[in-house]
This record gives sequence, C-alpha cells and structure tokens, in this order.
Amino acid sequence: MSATVIQMKQDLRAASPEAARPVIEIDGVSKTYRTHDGDVPSLRPIDFNIADGEFVVIVGPSGCGKTTLLKMIAGLMPPSTGEIRVEGRAIVKPHGDVGIVFQTAMLLPWRSVMRNVMMPVEVKKLPRERFEPRARELLKLVGLEGFENKYPWQLSGGMQQRASICRALVHDPKIVLMDEPFGALDAMTRERMNVELQRIQRETRKTVLLITHSIPEAVFLADRILVMSERPGTIAAVYDVPLTKPRTLDVLADPKFVELSQTIRRHFNATADGS
Amino acid sequence: MAQASHGWRRLFQAGWFRPLIFLVLLGLSWDLAIRLFHIPAYQVPTPADVVATLWSDGPNLLAQAVPTTSATVQGFLLSALFGIPMAMLIVSSRTVEAYVYPLLVFSQSIPKIAIAPLFVVWFGFGMMPKVLSAFLLGFFPVVVSAVQGFKSVEPDMLDLARAMEANRWQIFRMVRLPHAMPAIFSGLKVSVTLAVVGAVVGEFVGSNSGLGFVLQRSIGNFELPTMFAALVVLSLIGVFLFWILDVIERLAIPWHASQRQEFVVGV
Repeated sequence: MSATVIQMKQDLRAASPEAARPVIEIDGVSKTYRTHDGDVPSLRPIDFNIADGEFVVIVGPSGCGKTTLLKMIAGLMPPSTGEIRVEGRAIVKPHGDVGIVFQTAMLLPWRSVMRNVMMPVEVKKLPRERFEPRARELLKLVGLEGFENKYPWQLSGGMQQRASICRALVHDPKIVLMDEPFGALDAMTRERMNVELQRIQRETRKTVLLITHSIPEAVFLADRILVMSERPGTIAAVYDVPLTKPRTLDVLADPKFVELSQTIRRHFNATADGS
Repeated sequence: MAQASHGWRRLFQAGWFRPLIFLVLLGLSWDLAIRLFHIPAYQVPTPADVVATLWSDGPNLLAQAVPTTSATVQGFLLSALFGIPMAMLIVSSRTVEAYVYPLLVFSQSIPKIAIAPLFVVWFGFGMMPKVLSAFLLGFFPVVVSAVQGFKSVEPDMLDLARAMEANRWQIFRMVRLPHAMPAIFSGLKVSVTLAVVGAVVGEFVGSNSGLGFVLQRSIGNFELPTMFAALVVLSLIGVFLFWILDVIERLAIPWHASQRQEFVVGV
C-alpha cells in the first residue's frame, strides 16, 4: 500500500506541471478537528497541484475528509498543517476566486432564479450592468432561459442545481469547487447533468475540483482522478483518464473507461472481497 | 339550480364557514345542557341571554374594548420591537446567549399575574401597567421563535455566503433574516394572542376601564351575561389581531411554503 502511495506521488509530479504555474497548490495539508473528546484526525498530510483549466475529480468513501479539503481550498477553514495556495497566494480566509456548488442547490427560496444567480455579484458589490448579461448568458448555457423570474420551488431538482452552477460561475471565478453536486439527483438526470457540466466546463474553461462517490461520474468527467482512502483520508492513488474530450455517454462502454472504473473500484472493495 | 348548489359548496369550503357551524353547534349544546341539567342562570347564562346582552350592551362593550385593544397592540408592538433585536443579540454572541437566554427562560416561570400589581404600584392606574403586562406576556414567544429562526439556517448556506466573502451584516440581511421570517411570524402570532391576555390581566389588577375591568365588575355583581358578552368581544379582538398578522405575513413572505398555494393562484 505504501509503495503505491510513493509511486503515485512521483506520478503526480510527472503529470501536473505542464502548465506554467498550477492554479491550486496543496502543500502538506492536513486537518485535525479539536473536539471535546479529543483530537479527531480528518485528513492526513496531502500534496497535489491542479493546473489551469484542469478538471480534477476526487473519489473516496464517506468521511474521508473530501469536504474538509474542499472547504479549506475555499478558505472556509484553516488547515492544521501545510499551506494551500491559489494562484500563488496562500489561502487563509475566503477569497473571491472560487465558486461553490453543494449537493443540494442551496438556492434562497425568497429570491428569483436570476437574483439567486446574481447573489455573489451583489455581495461583492460588482457592477450589476456588467454581470447581469453574463448571468443571462450562463442561464442560457445551462438551459434555464425563460426561467429567470421563477422561484426555486417552481423548478425541478436538476434545474435548481443548474441554477446553482450559474451562481458559482457568475462572478467569473478562477476555480469551481463542487461537493457531490449531482448526488441528490436521479440516475438519468445525473447522467444528463454530467454531459452538461462537461460542456459548461469546456465553454467557460474553468478549473474544476469535483468530489463524488460515483466512479462512473469521476471517470466520465475527470482529466485526473484522485482516489482517497478511509478516514483519516489521504491520497491513495492518482489516475490520468486516457479518454479524449469531449466525451459522450457512449464512452461508458469504452474498454478504457471500463478498465479504469474497475481499477478504481478495487481501491474500495479490496478490504471487502479480500482480493 | 346547479349554480345554487355550486354556491353552497363554495360557501361550505370557505375557511370561516366550518368553524362557524361548529360554533353554532357548541351554542346549541350549551343551551341544551342548561335545559337538561337545570343549571341556574346565576351560574351559567343561556346563549340567548348572552346574545341579548351583546346587543343591548354592545356600544358600551365596544367602547371598553378600545383601551384593551390599544394596550394589547402597544404591548405587542413592544414585544416585537424588543423581542426581535434581543433574538439577534442572542444569536450573534455566545456570551449574550450564555448570560441572557437561561435567565429569560427562567423568567417565564414567574407568574406574570403576580407581578402585575407591582406595575400598578409603580405606574398608577393608567395605560402603562396594562401595556407592560401585555408586553411581558408577548415578549417571550417572539424571542424564542426568532432565535430558533435565526439559528436554523443550513450550515452549507452560511458557508456558501462566506465563500462569496459576505460580511456578517450581509449574511444577516441576505440569508439569516429572510430565513427567520416564517418563524418570527409564527412567534408574533402567538405573541399577539398572549398580549390580549396580558392586557386583561393588567386591567384585572388595577384599572377603571377596559374589558378586563368589565369582566371583574360583572363577576362582582353576578351579571354573568355581561361577563360572557365581554369574553366574546375579547376573543373577537384576539381573532381580529391574529388575522391582521396573517395578512401581513402573506404580503411579507409570499415565498414561504405555508403561503405557496395562495401565491401560485395569485400570480
């Protein structure tokens, strides 16, 4: 096991720094929660970089510290050790360069779709005239044209999640962090959303870090997959996805897709099957 | 013919119609009980007597309802005015919560009726003791439900706002306050009905006007129909104030789930 970790780290160094400078640098970052019952380690020290425009997916079991990692990148909580840099700047507090999408859409029920999408613009006091056309364009991009004045509860779950993706993109952040964004959707909507997310990422050229439980979703979307181990989590393996983009749902039957999915699945079932 | 039956059905489905039928049934059984068990009129008056008193004594009762309503509304407004900011303070600071909230809960176990005479000692027989007594009863439900409303925001929503670099005031204005509105309104509705009770208690202990005063005087004189009539007017005040709040709630938070049905139809 430790051999693979070392090897994977070497892989990492070989794979990531084609771009001039990584957008996200994670340097020896770990997290330990202090509770009344003592310290609870959530994340063992990890290092990795994400290049500009890269789509990185983290897969791992529940409670392996994936969400913790994502919140630390957003600046919502400080790491216990190590440093996170976004575009070279150390992250110590929330910063403007991220958009976040959670598992549930988290739209404010008293705001129309448009005003929900415009919320980051309002909070950051950016010029409304400049960003409202952008918001409209994004809503069009995700297929919500004509729903600008509807309220969240008038939309289906998939549509709500699309609106929340627009909200994450409206202020033109460098990176988009997604925490199981389609976990609450039914399987068919989920597949369709995967195709759409791929298209949105290609059109907006954002750097995306997405967390998921779904191995097919990871392989379908990612340029690179980080597999995390059980709590306290750390990176167990890194895989480059050898499939060209854009991908269609046909890729699900591709032998390379199937093989990589199997390889990743083995990380989680090894203890269960004894294989 | 079909139109007429349709009209009846609509009448039957109106929100106020079924409680009214129930009320009539209650009145009938009240009357029946008096006849069956031969209850003397000085113990329980007949519904007909009460209605007759309402009719004959109506102008006087309405005149007495004015100071009671006024005290109720003033006490209620004070509850809202102090209760909501108090809830904000409790939510925004752990220290305030630790010091104040337990005492606030504890203060609720003090019987308000026992304190009311003190207000008379302090402020005399005017409006003030009634208003204070209404405030004292109405305050607590506002604080409790507003605190609960402010606190029940989903942590993910707060993280999202913080990730947008929202400051505390923006988070409060854009997320916490609107989120708490439904809870605040349900607190206000409880508060307004309790404020009526508070005002009457204030009038019991020291006043020479208002429905509470009428109640006490009529009991002293064994004028039970008058007392019952005053009770009817009192409950009408409560219902009326509650209804006003309901209307304001509908206008203020049309997005809220409990209002949605009307909202969709209204749009």
